[in-house]
Formats: sequence, structure tokens, C-alpha cells
Amino acid sequence: MYLVQFLLLSSVLFCIGIYGVLARKNGVMVLMSIELILNAVNINFVAFGTMTNNIAGEVFALFVIAIAAAEVGVGLAIVLLIFRNKRSIDLSTIDSMKG
Amino acid sequence: MVAQNIFFGIMAFVMICSALKVVTTTNVVHAALWLVVLLAGVAGQFLLLGAEFIGVTQILVYIGAVVVLLLFGVMLTKASIGEETDLDMPNKVLPTVIATLMFGVMSYALIDTFRDTELPRETVTNAADVSDSIFSDYIVPFEAVSVLLLAALIGAVVIARKE
Repeated sequence: MYLVQFLLLSSVLFCIGIYGVLARKNGVMVLMSIELILNAVNINFVAFGTMTNNIAGEVFALFVIAIAAAEVGVGLAIVLLIFRNKRSIDLSTIDSMKG
Repeated sequence: MVAQNIFFGIMAFVMICSALKVVTTTNVVHAALWLVVLLAGVAGQFLLLGAEFIGVTQILVYIGAVVVLLLFGVMLTKASIGEETDLDMPNKVLPTVIATLMFGVMSYALIDTFRDTELPRETVTNAADVSDSIFSDYIVPFEAVSVLLLAALIGAVVIARKE
């Protein structure tokens, strides 16, 4: 197996995630796209760790998984709060900080 | 090696298709279910790379916890279970252009740099190797992550609590 096939797969997933973050306006869907991006990063970590025969890649992938879990917890709490205050999680309507 | 490449190809195809469904489907619940397929595919890639502990953790944490949490989010924000027309931004050309350009630049750079790098064979790492490394070299980041998880837990409860 070549390293580049894993890197290309993860860059495809990363770019699809970027597209999702930019093109979706439902808050929960944006969080799902962020999960896509973080998974792409994890594939890169593990692939480079395997290439250099270094366990650090897997350790950092574990840290990323833990931080992604924390991120989605806080993110959903924020989305719930927005829903409670505005009765909608349409991200294009959240512009009260816009000058 | 051929069997691994065939397995990689099938999984990569399924993963890319399900990722596209996640960002294009008009049904929020279906998007979460396609995300399950994608995350299982990522776990399969980890197993293919010989990282068995990460693969199992991926299934436990993502499919077991994160997707359930996302489905709770869908439920609590009263998204309709069926089709929804109002999920996407009106302008989808710009995101497509940005994602395609980004992929073009990244794939060019990656292929140019790592064209002939082969992965070593027989590099299976198990939970013992990972835990040896965590509890010797990376003990400080590990404790920091546990504090961060606690902070995120309390923060999520404080944010979402009713006044």
C-alpha cells in the first residue's frame, strides 16, 4: 500500500467537509461536517504514524477523538441555546453581531 | 498486498459516496445515518493501517456516542423527520469552487511529495503499545485532555440548562 492513497482519501473527505460547513445552514448539519473534517485529520495522523513506524501518530489521533467528543458536546449545547432563543437553528439568521 | 488494495478501494468508494450524501441529503436524520457509514469506513481504514486500538475507539466513541448526541440534537431542535427544503445556503457555487480548488492544490502537493512512499508491512500496533506511549511520553497531554473533557462536560450542562 502506498501512503499517498490514504492521504488522498483524507483530503477528499476534508474538502467534502469544508463544502458542508460552507453550504449548510442547519446548525446540526454544520457540526456533522466538522466531524467529517476531524476524521480526515485522524486518517492522516494514523497514516503518517504507520509510515514512520511511530506510535505518536495514533496517540494524537486518540487525543483528536477525545477533543472531537468534547467539541460536539459543547457545540450541540450552543445550538440548543440558539434554538431556544430564536426558535430556529438557521445559521443565516444569526447575524446580530453583524455591523 | 493486492487484497488490501482492493479492500481499500471498496471502502474508499463507500466512504466518499456516504460523505457526499452527508453534505447533500435533504433529510437531517438520513445525514446522521450516512455519517455512521462514513465513520465505520474510517474505522476500517484504521484497521487496514494496523491501528487496531484507534479503530475500536473510533467505533465506540463516534458511532456509539457522537452520532447519538447528534441525533439528540436533531430531535431537540425539532427538525422534521422527513424531507426539508431549507437546509442549504442559497449560494452553493462558491463552496463548491472553494472545496474543489482546495482539493486540487492539496492533491497536487501530496502526489508530488509522496508519490513513491510505500507503507511498511506488518506494523500492527495494539492497545499495549498505545498505552505504553500515553502513560510514559504523553502523560501531561493525557491529563490535560481529561481536564478538558471535564470542563467541556460542565460547560455543556451550564450552557444548555434552563434558567
